[in-house]
Amino acid sequence: MPLKTEEMVLNMGPQHPSTHGVLRLELQLEGEIIKAVKPHIGYLHRCFEKHTEVMTYPQVIPYVDRMDYLASMYNEFGYAIAVEKLLGIEVPERVDFIRVIMGELQRIASHLVAIGTYGADLGAFTPFLFAFRDREKILSLFEMTCGGRLLYNYIWVGGVSHDLHPDFVRLTREFISYFRPNIKEMNELLSFNKIFVERTANVGILPLDTAINFGISGPNLRASGIKWDLRRDDPYSVYNRFDFEIPIGDGRMGTVGDCWDRYFIRILEMEESLKIIEQALDQLPEGDVTSAIPKRIKPPVGQVYTRVENPRGELGYFIISNGSLNPFRVKVRAPSFVNLGIMDELCRGHMIADVIAILGSIDIVLGEIDR
Amino acid sequence: MKTTEDIFNILKIKFADAVIELKAGVPTEDYILINPFELDKVCTFLKNSDDYKFDNMMNLSGVDNANGKKTTSEDGTHKTEGGTLSVFYHLESISLKHKITLAVTVSIEKPEVTSVSEVWRSADWHEREAFDMFGIIFLNHPDLRRILMPYDWEAGYPLRKDYESPEFYQGMKVPY
Repeated sequence: MPLKTEEMVLNMGPQHPSTHGVLRLELQLEGEIIKAVKPHIGYLHRCFEKHTEVMTYPQVIPYVDRMDYLASMYNEFGYAIAVEKLLGIEVPERVDFIRVIMGELQRIASHLVAIGTYGADLGAFTPFLFAFRDREKILSLFEMTCGGRLLYNYIWVGGVSHDLHPDFVRLTREFISYFRPNIKEMNELLSFNKIFVERTANVGILPLDTAINFGISGPNLRASGIKWDLRRDDPYSVYNRFDFEIPIGDGRMGTVGDCWDRYFIRILEMEESLKIIEQALDQLPEGDVTSAIPKRIKPPVGQVYTRVENPRGELGYFIISNGSLNPFRVKVRAPSFVNLGIMDELCRGHMIADVIAILGSIDIVLGEIDR
Repeated sequence: MKTTEDIFNILKIKFADAVIELKAGVPTEDYILINPFELDKVCTFLKNSDDYKFDNMMNLSGVDNANGKKTTSEDGTHKTEGGTLSVFYHLESISLKHKITLAVTVSIEKPEVTSVSEVWRSADWHEREAFDMFGIIFLNHPDLRRILMPYDWEAGYPLRKDYESPEFYQGMKVPY
């Protein structure tokens, strides 16, 4: 007599240490094999977009900090660029350079969290502590600049709130020379660790055409083997003045676009960010950083969609102005929101333990998904 | 690399009435207004044609145009009648590096648009979000449920301009 089997539904989350926030994954299982994954989101929903409609343009900035709370600087950066485009103003060169430096430091900090927690998800706890130790140094640089460690309200429309601290350039250079060898150390600890490679190589393979069709962006897209980086392909601010590589996934440990590739892209990108920061520090012009900040921000009627390369991918702001002091509509295209949509596609046919590996490799932040 | 105007002219020849007009001169961004019931055909063409290859949908955004007629009745309650909702589609081609914005406008009483989730899978969640926030119905969408709000949220669609938050949700007081 054949044994009767039936599918089982298992809830992973909302409170689960490796969902990186409050995310519920409804897994349909056949034994230990995943048949389908249904993500349920919205546990952190604050209706940010509704809030913006009753605030003035500068008042929105502290709110965008709280979307992707691991990359607040970059959220502000994107928002400032969008409103400046709507207003049609140019910012002083020094402001652009400061923004790029802050943005790239933020990218390193964000990738360190991604890498550290990814290791912790898969059972390697030491890299987590190492990553957070280094991230702490970046947060201190931010604290020195604007007083905030996680939420900054630093990049304003038309400028930045404070000029750099007199010691900032020296300390950032010290950080770069301190941090560079640590990337190598991280590789020895985690990247080429046999257990880690076994857990991640050939798991959750994302082919390039599927990735594009699903709107995947950022490191996850590049891991599938395409040189697509908005800093180079749709340049904004002063990124076209710097010389940097765009690392792509090459399937070194398994197949192009697997979890290991998505992980390792972030390691390589930290190195590139260091290069950009070094060049920006060398070229940093003098000037006033607050001179272009408008007293009253009242953009003309119009609409704008701008996007920047956030540590997680394409962060887009769609802003409609009706000519008043408040935005008529602000829509945020959150990279994690779109990237999470691939979960079902990637997890099918894998084991339960691989769901953790795949979710960690996508590197989501729930604050941004739920907004 | 093609401009919005070039694409509009070609679409106009190919789809005639499905392509309504080119909204040019809007500061910083031109867009093409499409008939909501033939949007999927236009999008399929734009994605598959070798000249355009719009393989990436960057963003999909619902908008409440707030152009309904507002009346205040004797007991002081406001009522809005009529008005339109819009959906904006920001498309780009990764290989050819050009961008375009499409838009559809629907009435608030019957907000129906054909879904493009078959064309770009990324539209799936974006459309669910637009449904959740504006109540726009995407025809032929495989799984049109609320996404950010609770599944049993009955007070309407939060991002509509005439939305009022309810007193209670599941016995909990909502305004804080």
